[in-house]
Amino acid sequence: MNIYVILKRTFDTEEKIQISNGQIVEDGAEFIINPYDEYAIEEAIQLRDEHGGEVTLVTVGEEEAEKQLRTGLAMGADKAVLIDNEDVEDQDPYSTQALLAAYFEDKEYDIILGGNIAVDGGSGQVGPRLAEKLDIVHVTSIVKIDIADGKATIERDVEGDQEIVEVALPVLVTAQQGLNEPRYPSLPGIMKAKKKPLETLEVDDFDLDEDDVAGKTKTVDRYLPPEKQAGKVLEGEMDDQVKELVSLLKNEAKVI
Amino acid sequence: MTKKVLVVGEIRDGEFRNVSFEAVAAAKEISGGGEIVGVLLGESVSSLGNELIAYGADRVVAVESDKLASYTPDGYSQALQAVVEQESPEGIVIGHTSIGRDIAPKLAARINSGLVSDATAVETAGEEVIFTRPIYSGKAFEKKVIADGVVFATIRPNNIPALDKDESRSGDVTTLDVDIKDLRTIIKDVVKNTASGVDLSEANVIVAGGRGMKGSENFAMLDELADVLGAAVGASRGACDAEYCDYALQIGQTGKVVTPDLYIAVGISGAIQHVAGMSNSKIIVAINKDPEAEIFNIADYGIVGDLFDVIPKLTEEFKAVMVKS
Repeated sequence: MNIYVILKRTFDTEEKIQISNGQIVEDGAEFIINPYDEYAIEEAIQLRDEHGGEVTLVTVGEEEAEKQLRTGLAMGADKAVLIDNEDVEDQDPYSTQALLAAYFEDKEYDIILGGNIAVDGGSGQVGPRLAEKLDIVHVTSIVKIDIADGKATIERDVEGDQEIVEVALPVLVTAQQGLNEPRYPSLPGIMKAKKKPLETLEVDDFDLDEDDVAGKTKTVDRYLPPEKQAGKVLEGEMDDQVKELVSLLKNEAKVI
Repeated sequence: MTKKVLVVGEIRDGEFRNVSFEAVAAAKEISGGGEIVGVLLGESVSSLGNELIAYGADRVVAVESDKLASYTPDGYSQALQAVVEQESPEGIVIGHTSIGRDIAPKLAARINSGLVSDATAVETAGEEVIFTRPIYSGKAFEKKVIADGVVFATIRPNNIPALDKDESRSGDVTTLDVDIKDLRTIIKDVVKNTASGVDLSEANVIVAGGRGMKGSENFAMLDELADVLGAAVGASRGACDAEYCDYALQIGQTGKVVTPDLYIAVGISGAIQHVAGMSNSKIIVAINKDPEAEIFNIADYGIVGDLFDVIPKLTEEFKAVMVKS
């Protein structure tokens, strides 16, 4: 099977966010593979091991994302592609869709996997957008997938319920937590990853004008939420504390 | 200039989800006085049109087909594309629900448009429509505008207040025939998991358990408290990783991001990962035996104590007070 994974380099979820002049401060921050994309990579490797074929990782980002691609290769993917979007104006999910659609135009694929959302932008747009442009079916938020006879049977998380669907390949799926437990790269894996092919492409490598990839949305400001002040820790006998809490919620906070 | 705005209503078990009415309110702001057209998709839905009008829509277009009885990306995108072609809207608003998240990006790609996902507020400044949305799971916010094309957004439930219902409003409810075909998704089964039936993303009150719950059997205690409050039950990653509960309950940067009126954190330490998913709740209550737990730094009210002592007492007290009121 030809298996592709689309992934994104994101801030480590443990990082605090700082903003300067409306921009996220990246200096000194740790970056990781978007956690939802890690599930996608793990599932891709398992599917390859079961059905044969090859896993190709594709990211749209700046050159620093090479590190996350190498990590994915160390987990067991076969090759990787970095589509450099440094020159794209107002980069947004539409831009990523346009670049990925151009990349996949001449590729053959049975399944494309991605994360349900990225933990930074959190839009969850790129997967369904790309599937639409490639004219293939998408299934989002998946927690289980089995492939047999050119068909995928998929369990998806629908706000807590599980929906079981069947689709013919090719399909684009996005991974939800619970799909699997991503492996850590092994030491031999890390050594091997250094020699695996990693191709870098630029916007100019595709038949695309600047306007074709410029974002259709613009971010005009970024800011931190007002800092939450520590509130009141109650004191006294537990029975009294409980009574006081309920009374505060009812009469002061007015939320019950 | 006014804008004509489509609002896609979402119906579950024969009733509107509240976010549909919130979407009408968002559409009103975007429209600048222009026409609000409600859109309903389903097997037999036009009878619900008047309710959307009572909440502020001017008229409603329903697409009815047995192929729309359940959500599929193909069915919904064909129906919505047909409505967009008929109406040529300048704006589209959909709830940021499981369906909204799935269909909006597909429709945006199809009509070659930008999309602002998961907006928590919308305002207008002259001609410009400015959306506020959380980034980094609520650790920060951004303000976004659509630079080009249709003003298209999904809105997060529970953030933009719905308009008051006005039964005296009236408007046309029309149907549009669309030949829905070639559905590539076959739905085999739906397994309902949500015990309490209250959805996390739309819940006004959430009771969430962490590692301090010590075991899955103890979540029954939270279910009981949630029942009294009409709340949904959530959990921290720690509790999910320890298999005390299903990942579907997880709140945090990985997991769900929630903004209820009241969030009761039980035995949750308050790791940054979890806090990102709930810190924008209106009122936060923390119950933890460790007085140094991070969660107390963001809680409005805190009780330092053994949750196995506190929760049953709290449930009884809520019961007593809720019965009185």
